[in-house]
Amino acid sequence: MEYIILLLAGILFATAIYNLLQKQLLRIIIGTVLISHGAHLVILTMGKLKRGQPPILDESVADYTDPLPQALILTSIVISFGITSLLLVLSYRTAKENNTDNMEEMRGESNE
Amino acid sequence: MIFAVLLPLVLALFIPFLSKFKEKVHTGIFVVLIPLGIFLYFVSFVGNDFSPIHHTYNWIPSLNINFDFYLDGLSLLFVLLISGIGTLVVFYSIYYLHTSENLGHFYVYLLMFMSAMLGVVLSDNVFVLYTFWELTSISSFLLIGYWHHRERSRYGAQKSMLITVFGGLSMLGGLVLLSVITGTTSIRSMIDQVDVIASSGYLPLILVFILLGAFTKSAQFPFHIWLPDAMEAPTPVSAYLHSATMVKAGIYLVARFSPIFVDYEWFFITVSLVGIITLVWASYMAVRQTDLKGILAFSTVSQLGMIMAMLGFGTEAAVFAAVFHILNHATFKGSLFMIAGIIDHETGTRDIRKLGGLLTFMPMSATLALFGTFSMAGVPLPFLNGFYSKELFFGATLLNENSSSIASFLSAAIPYLAVFGSIFTFVYSMYFFFGVFTGPKKLHLLTKKPHEAPIGMLISPVVLVLGVIIIGLFPNIVNGSLLNHAAQAVRNSTVQYTNIHYWHGFEPQFIMSLIVVGVGLILFLTLKKWSNIYSIIPGKLNLNKLYDKIINKTDDYSARITNSYMTGSLKLYMSIILAAIILFSFTVMITTGGFNNITFDDLAEVEIVDISIVLIMVLAAICTIFINNKLSLIIITGIVGFGISLLFVVFRAPDLALTQLVVETVSMALFLLAYYHLPELRKREETVGSSFTNLFLAIGTGALITMVGIAAHSSDWFKTISDYFVETSYTLGGGNNIVNVILVDMRGLDTLFEITVLGIAALAIYGLIKVRKDKEAE
Repeated sequence: MEYIILLLAGILFATAIYNLLQKQLLRIIIGTVLISHGAHLVILTMGKLKRGQPPILDESVADYTDPLPQALILTSIVISFGITSLLLVLSYRTAKENNTDNMEEMRGESNE
Repeated sequence: MIFAVLLPLVLALFIPFLSKFKEKVHTGIFVVLIPLGIFLYFVSFVGNDFSPIHHTYNWIPSLNINFDFYLDGLSLLFVLLISGIGTLVVFYSIYYLHTSENLGHFYVYLLMFMSAMLGVVLSDNVFVLYTFWELTSISSFLLIGYWHHRERSRYGAQKSMLITVFGGLSMLGGLVLLSVITGTTSIRSMIDQVDVIASSGYLPLILVFILLGAFTKSAQFPFHIWLPDAMEAPTPVSAYLHSATMVKAGIYLVARFSPIFVDYEWFFITVSLVGIITLVWASYMAVRQTDLKGILAFSTVSQLGMIMAMLGFGTEAAVFAAVFHILNHATFKGSLFMIAGIIDHETGTRDIRKLGGLLTFMPMSATLALFGTFSMAGVPLPFLNGFYSKELFFGATLLNENSSSIASFLSAAIPYLAVFGSIFTFVYSMYFFFGVFTGPKKLHLLTKKPHEAPIGMLISPVVLVLGVIIIGLFPNIVNGSLLNHAAQAVRNSTVQYTNIHYWHGFEPQFIMSLIVVGVGLILFLTLKKWSNIYSIIPGKLNLNKLYDKIINKTDDYSARITNSYMTGSLKLYMSIILAAIILFSFTVMITTGGFNNITFDDLAEVEIVDISIVLIMVLAAICTIFINNKLSLIIITGIVGFGISLLFVVFRAPDLALTQLVVETVSMALFLLAYYHLPELRKREETVGSSFTNLFLAIGTGALITMVGIAAHSSDWFKTISDYFVETSYTLGGGNNIVNVILVDMRGLDTLFEITVLGIAALAIYGLIKVRKDKEAE
């Protein structure tokens, strides 16, 4: 199972990178969203999967799944949410101001 | 002692406030008290019974870096020069710099330099020494560029900075090697371990590194080119930094480390050869200069070469002559710089071709210059200190025993080269004095009518010239009390005390002096006839042009290289970064055998539910690439997000599943809000090449993540730390939900920062929206 999830993470990364390398802002944002999904899966897998009960203490349970990756991911989910929303608003403002959402057209003047 | 070193730096903080009243009271009047106080403090140590003093103040004890101040004879000599000449220079600057100048900056830089220089000569810790060393380079840079509106000043400042800092860095390399080999950061402990250093095999490398530092700082050939350009600094600075103190830091370094190298033959060869070449070349070049300060700059370079050469000889007589000349050079050269400043001040030019016959207008300055130049020339008169050290130098050049052929060839050639160089020293000294003060008057070329300098401006050179005369008449008053201790410190052993005599018979050194004066006189009188030689040597061989070329080419090429990849295209930057990550990670993983131990044991079983979720996600992810409708794209991305939360459920992470679900929903709402404002997606308009590159980078990164993940899963290098959280969740955190306890308790600070980030993002979003509204309202 672990290797299947890692494969999935790899595919998520690949599609994310492909989207990141596009010119349109919306695609780039989608790329960042996918990349964080992929990263969460990798972190989760590092603690091994399905080895016990959910990490909530109970006297009748001996084995728990690894709680540490879960704590890390929880932090990360919230941060990625913050970043995604900031990027969204930023790109919408940028597109409004410049009348374009093409990154190649938003370079500095000296480079044109 | 630390107070003496840091006092100028601390008091420099108050200079900006004092300089507010500069119209009423010249800021220099306050500043002059600082070096005077330091001088009076250190002068109390001078005496025949002086013994070294050691003070330690902790700074970074864990790295063995402390303010280890060690005052021995050599340090004492330098400290007295720094504070003594410093006092005179600041006093002189009160009359030299008008109150309309930016005095605050000037004195802050000068005090910074004073602290730095005191630190250099007092530090026993090599890294503290290095820090102060670079600080002197920086303050020298600032002082040369003091009149920063002048192009030449900026050029000179940059040149001195580049050359001396290059040398400083190389010196740091040598110091690091030394401290690694000996396991100590103290110079004295290093000297105690000479055998360890000699047997380590790194001695040649250390020698090269340290000498590069010393040669660049002390303007030795071929690094001397920065010193003439440094003359753009105000004259007090030239007299102080670029003649009496800072340029002698290289000399100090060689002297301080010479006990380590003295038995190593290449030390003698390199230092003597470079010193002698510098002496000859710079004194030869000095005769050609037309700027008074240019003559003095080359003269300084040549005298530094002479001192350097004597340290290279390393014999008792040579070392004694070297420390004696350090003192003498500071007295006569300091006074001559001040005279040059006075001439500049009172006539409006420093061009010797426009000057002449000033003796009648400036009798006082002329008298002072007479003593200074004749002492510099080494004219055999009993009241000129320059003659004594010059003759001791000639005596020291007569070396005999040497083992290898190079060394014995060199020691045979040295006396001749020394005489040859000294002849030109004589010529430029005469040229300086007679060119300015005698001959036809050229008043029509001057912008001002020349007159004698104000009395205050003359006090400092008078004091220095008195030093020349007193040391000349009674050389033995500084001998036992100061110079002998300094020579002992350099030799790291006791030095036989010998009286200095004016007359000691027809010995070779006296004959050498006579040759210098005789030939020098002839050459000076026939100067016009032979000066064409300069068009042959150096002719077109010009080190300055080489330097300029290197700097310009470096500028050009670095601009070209940078512009070739800094195109402003974020996509290109991303591609370069990703390609580098893929390349390096795979190389490292493959060469270190990271992928070799992949096992398929110890995996969780696969269930039909999991597989179907994974398949849906894969499908959705791939679709994001091909969809060209923004609404569909957003919804498809949502499918991946909800898939993740389902996976969290399957993998028994209830907190994650809940959070992901909420976040995904809110994100969707946000995307749909922004959706209306964002332009429609276009078809991917790419060339085949660029889409192939993108594909390669995407698949490469994906493969890297999967492979590294699998390799990490198959290895068991480290024990998991999660058990700790499971065991202590209740006892330490008082909670049953382990994930929650980790978040709010064990890693609470982390969560606090997370909230902060979220808050900042929220503020930024609010700002972005609000700005638009304000604009629209207008």
